[in-house]
Amino acid sequence: MSKKIRLPETDDGAILFNVPFPADTKDLKQMSPIVIKQNYSIDYIHSFGQDSPFFAGLANGKLMGTRCNACSYTYATPKGHCMNCGNETEWIELPLQGRIHTFTVCEFGSEAFLKETPFILVLVEFDEADTLFLSRIVGLDPTKASLDWVGMKIKAQFKRNSKFKPTDVYFVPAD
Amino acid sequence: MSKVYMVSGGVSKFTKARPDKTFQAVVKEAYDYMAADLNGFDKSVIDNTVASYFSDHFTRQLMAGIMVQDYLGLCPLASRRIEAGGATGGMCFQSAWESVASGRSKCTLAYGFETMSHVNTWKGNEFIALASDVSFDYPVGGFYSGYYAMMVVRHMQEFGTTVEQMAAVSVKNHANALHNPYAQHQMEITIEDVRNAPMVAWPLTRLDICVMSDGAACVLLCDEETAFKLSDNPVLVSGVGCGTDAMRMADRPHGDVMLLPHESAADYKDLKYPGIHSFRAGRAASKKAYEMAGIESPREELDFIELHDAYTSSEIQTYEDMGLCKYGEGGPLAESGAAAVDGEIPVNPSGGLLACGHPVGATGLMQAVFAFWQLQGTIGKHFGDDTLQIKNAKRGAIHSHAGTGTYVTVSILEKGA
Repeated sequence: MSKKIRLPETDDGAILFNVPFPADTKDLKQMSPIVIKQNYSIDYIHSFGQDSPFFAGLANGKLMGTRCNACSYTYATPKGHCMNCGNETEWIELPLQGRIHTFTVCEFGSEAFLKETPFILVLVEFDEADTLFLSRIVGLDPTKASLDWVGMKIKAQFKRNSKFKPTDVYFVPAD
Repeated sequence: MSKVYMVSGGVSKFTKARPDKTFQAVVKEAYDYMAADLNGFDKSVIDNTVASYFSDHFTRQLMAGIMVQDYLGLCPLASRRIEAGGATGGMCFQSAWESVASGRSKCTLAYGFETMSHVNTWKGNEFIALASDVSFDYPVGGFYSGYYAMMVVRHMQEFGTTVEQMAAVSVKNHANALHNPYAQHQMEITIEDVRNAPMVAWPLTRLDICVMSDGAACVLLCDEETAFKLSDNPVLVSGVGCGTDAMRMADRPHGDVMLLPHESAADYKDLKYPGIHSFRAGRAASKKAYEMAGIESPREELDFIELHDAYTSSEIQTYEDMGLCKYGEGGPLAESGAAAVDGEIPVNPSGGLLACGHPVGATGLMQAVFAFWQLQGTIGKHFGDDTLQIKNAKRGAIHSHAGTGTYVTVSILEKGA
């Protein structure tokens, strides 16, 4: 398979004020489609609701999970109610050390994160928890991705200026 | 419960962008094809419709379904819209099935579409990533290819699956598509081509991942009486199943395998299931559909499968969920050739999502149309080439899948009596 060589394209274009129109309306079926650009931008007022203490925890250098009162199932990503038995959970502090359960190196991404590529996503496992936690890891060479990374001991670090996003915490290799 | 038959279907050519028509007119192409494939079809036979489209963001149009309904001249008939992420098409098919099976409808039209070309690829990836928890997952780097990459890394770790086995799926499906004129990407490629393509999310390259598309598909489902009035070659829908799993991959349990009849607990004594290496929803959907259709050994009792291969890795994981092999044996199955058109259990003879494209709301219905043509033995007529016709195909399955395995549907289609 031969590789295509292409000039990168962007979405900006000319503003169109007029188009040619045929003398005979029968020719309108042959007309090229008129394509215009429409902007769409919104600020959402998003509440973390019952999960809010997790984000307050990040702002204070703590990783908060939840544990079911009834069956002790422990969530590394908080859930207000237990998925197994339906009971309300309690907040617990998670250890700041875990292991890489799985990972990927994103060379591309959604538009919002494209400028941050390449970045490494990890699902973190903790001894004390039944579920995992999605985060980023820094300090690994993204060009050296390898299955050997699975199981690696890693530790949490926190941003000094909290942005009240899950990225206020990230991981680095523990050793 | 009424027996439900599929009597006709149509698909628009899937392509990167359809600026020449609005979505209603693209659905009309698929609808007209479906209608023309029946002798003397009169739309007055339709008494109900179900619309399938995934994203209001892509369309930037709320209530797009009703705009298709009026364009097709189907007002004031009953209608509803179905949304289930990537499985929207499969879910729509089953909703149409329910309408007829319940006796509420004698003839239901399912129409699906997506216009993904309204935004660039990376904005499109952002829209799709909003189908992940926006408190905990999306802000970390929301990117579906990244999510599936993490799932297959765990599959590789757990079972020894290789990137070459994944690439074999891409080679097979793109080559099948050479004979399917509806496909977006028809390519003769090698395993090396797949591995040398630009890396998107390790270990998935651009050729491990399906593309975004504009397209539409239509399916007509009827009760027995109506089916045989409209067609002398209808196809029975003999089983439907649907399963779910937690949105956040982090929340997926690590428990016991949900067994199919040909498996035993001893097969999996050290396996924590589904973890993030397998799709529990796919297994649950398969199990239900097989039970309803009376299938005990799917690899022997199915003649072909059209499954949701948005990623090469998902096809391998889905072989296992659907019981074509045991968990962990999907990689070897992929490279064995058993899933080739002339193999023991052809999978994605159409080229699948990898080659046909994935205009989300249309995709699951496209699978139904291709499966229907296989069972009618009319692939040659519709593709202009009968290379992909599975010889003597009597029973096939279609499998539709959403966001890291959150919703999965499996439906069984059989050659009519």
